[in-house]
Amino acid sequence: MGLFNPFKKSEEQPAPPAEEQPSGFFSRLKQGLVKTSRVLNTDIRDLFKQEGRLVDDEFLTELYAILVRTDMGVGPAGKIRDQVKTDFRGRVVHLSEVLTTVKTELVALMQQPETPIQFAESGPTVVMVVGVNGSGKTTSIAKLASYLKSQGKSVVLGAGDTFRAAAVEQLSIWADRLGVDIVKAEQGSDPASVAFKAVDFALQNNKDVVILDTAGRLQTQTNLMNELDKIRRVAGKKIEAAPHEVLLVLDATAGQNGISQAKGFSEAAQCTGIILTKLDGTAKGGVVVPIRQTFNLPVKYIGVGETPEDFALFNAEQFGDALFADAF
Amino acid sequence: MFASLQDNLRTALKSLRGKGKLTDANMRDGLRMVEEAMIEADVAYPVVQDFMARVSEEAMGQKVLKSLNPDQQLVGVVHEQLIQLLGPVDPSLHLEKDVTVLMMCGLQGAGKTTTCGKLARLIGTEGKKALLVAADLQRPAAVQQLHVVGESVGAKVYSEENASDPIAVCQNAVKFARENGINVVILDTAGRLAIDEELMEQLKTIDRKIGPDQCFLVVDGMTGQDAVNSAKAFNDALELDGVIMTKLDGDARGGALLSVKHVTGVPIKFIGISEHMDGLEPFYADRMAGRILGMGDVLSMVEMAQREFDQDEAMKAQKALEAGSFTLDDFKRQLEQIMRPGLMKKMLGMMPGFGDMANMLQNTDHEKDMRRLRGIIDSMTREERRTPKVITPTRRQRIAAGSGTSPQEVNELLKQFDAMSSMMKGASPSELIGKMQRGDLVDPTGKMKKNKVGTGKRLSTKERLAQKKVRDKALRKRKKR
Repeated sequence: MGLFNPFKKSEEQPAPPAEEQPSGFFSRLKQGLVKTSRVLNTDIRDLFKQEGRLVDDEFLTELYAILVRTDMGVGPAGKIRDQVKTDFRGRVVHLSEVLTTVKTELVALMQQPETPIQFAESGPTVVMVVGVNGSGKTTSIAKLASYLKSQGKSVVLGAGDTFRAAAVEQLSIWADRLGVDIVKAEQGSDPASVAFKAVDFALQNNKDVVILDTAGRLQTQTNLMNELDKIRRVAGKKIEAAPHEVLLVLDATAGQNGISQAKGFSEAAQCTGIILTKLDGTAKGGVVVPIRQTFNLPVKYIGVGETPEDFALFNAEQFGDALFADAF
Repeated sequence: MFASLQDNLRTALKSLRGKGKLTDANMRDGLRMVEEAMIEADVAYPVVQDFMARVSEEAMGQKVLKSLNPDQQLVGVVHEQLIQLLGPVDPSLHLEKDVTVLMMCGLQGAGKTTTCGKLARLIGTEGKKALLVAADLQRPAAVQQLHVVGESVGAKVYSEENASDPIAVCQNAVKFARENGINVVILDTAGRLAIDEELMEQLKTIDRKIGPDQCFLVVDGMTGQDAVNSAKAFNDALELDGVIMTKLDGDARGGALLSVKHVTGVPIKFIGISEHMDGLEPFYADRMAGRILGMGDVLSMVEMAQREFDQDEAMKAQKALEAGSFTLDDFKRQLEQIMRPGLMKKMLGMMPGFGDMANMLQNTDHEKDMRRLRGIIDSMTREERRTPKVITPTRRQRIAAGSGTSPQEVNELLKQFDAMSSMMKGASPSELIGKMQRGDLVDPTGKMKKNKVGTGKRLSTKERLAQKKVRDKALRKRKKR
């Protein structure tokens, strides 16, 4: 509890190491989430228009509606509502009290260690990026590449989306802009062979990180999901532990289907983490809460815009703080 | 599609069914479950509340509580309200003018470019010429993507090299269309966030300067609660004429469909059900409501069957059947038609009560099965294919070895062929569908039912009695001992 007490914050939450915090990280995160927190805070304040309000059914329904709107789903929203109910039922409450409880609950649900990419002990680290169509895989790969490059890593991209029209071109343009290497093949060729070539290229040229793009696919398409497993296996032929990371790109606007996505992709490709994209819109990405609960799949990075700099490490406390930044 | 909304609603309604008599109290329970099912299906909360208010009003009325089948009445109420919420619809494109301009807009990654291609293809099948306009100058390679898409559907693509102003591109494209006798211009705009004021302003400028005849919002079928916000923002900025919802071929619960319809009030025109260019279906409220409630959508299924099956092949097979010359070759062709990946599942999903079966099919690998069956048939001689009766155990062994399967599998195939040819003989399509609906086609193990035929060894009454006598005698003997 004390962890989230604003007065103890300074001692409980040491600032993250400087190299993991590109300039203005917090402000960018906040900027991206400001819309979210505005909705949450304004709405909750609305409940308390008259200073101190009785916590009754009507109050709880309103609170529930606000929570549901974050896309966290019926389960977590119900849990938080019940918590508020047991803590405050029948009492006249103040804004800060309830907010502290809600935030404590939220952060407890989302609590996760700051886990960046686990780099291979020696040789190239292979990162595979998967997700449904249009979730933002290619853009996220560009951002991740730029992020790793700024950390002094040499990066090579594998253009494994050989299905969608012009996907290879899209990634090539990014590779040009960022000045990183790219391994590609013709449209329609086997994505696993691209993965193999990319890993091979990284070994030959002593690159630090290989990022493999894959074509977007829905988690219900069995054959396409099996293809992911094949890419995994082929990538592992040259480097035993590869892929070291499999990141699922999740659109923050996605609703409860995100859970199904996390399940499907975890089963087929053994995901190790999530990149939560499009957080700069009005969507809240609350679906990561049940995903974390059910599959223990941590959010590793977030995307908050269209430029390569709009990318940051995910941090549960900062996420919670940013949501409620204006409240205290 | 909609499987989860369907499942959840079914569970909710099932629990009501068990209650026997409905009271005010357990009706409230049932309604709360319906509400939760809808939230879980990503229907936006305000929409859920509004919907539930209407359903409750109807359901809590004396009409439902006093009826003989209150649960069915409730299903009826929900069904009715769903149709009301989803309709009225109008899946036509209204392409009356010399040059009709359609504008597509939406968030990033909603599927605008793919949908543009699908629309161009659809317009092409109606005998009109469509022009795709690359107005997405934001995303890298978006222009190239549209070119590839245009090529695959045989539509012209208008783009300008090194262009930076989408408004100018659109204006020039419309001029180009007028000069070149093109009927429909489809503007593929860049994806944008509804809160990005600058880009929304740009969209408004395009709308003002070009004056598109129709403006479609493309919405990702997997969108959650945010659907109401973005749809409202786009509708406020542009006055939409229709909505196209994409990516509904997965297990998306499609609740966004209800949300978007509720806030914009504009008709849902099409739904995208595949990544391929033919995966665009007109939207019908009554069918969709039926599908959501698991009532099945036989009408859509028949239409799909007509569209998907090669009509010539079907006619040939029908003729062969009528002539009694249906061979394993015909059987193979028929199998190839219906075993195309995904098709069976899609069709089963539309059939009442078959939703679970569609899920079962999801985990089977059709292509592999198909290859095996084809292999078996290909390993037969021409004579064997024409008259499968000549297949003796030794021949069976040979066929199995030739196709890398087991004799049991060969047997299985022959059984299926037998069942299919006897089932199809003389059956009209409507009869078949009737049989399917009654579940008469499959035996309890899920296999095709075998038609009963005389064995040639039917006994007369006298003989049967004699046999019974012998059996009884033997039985008595055993009992005595």
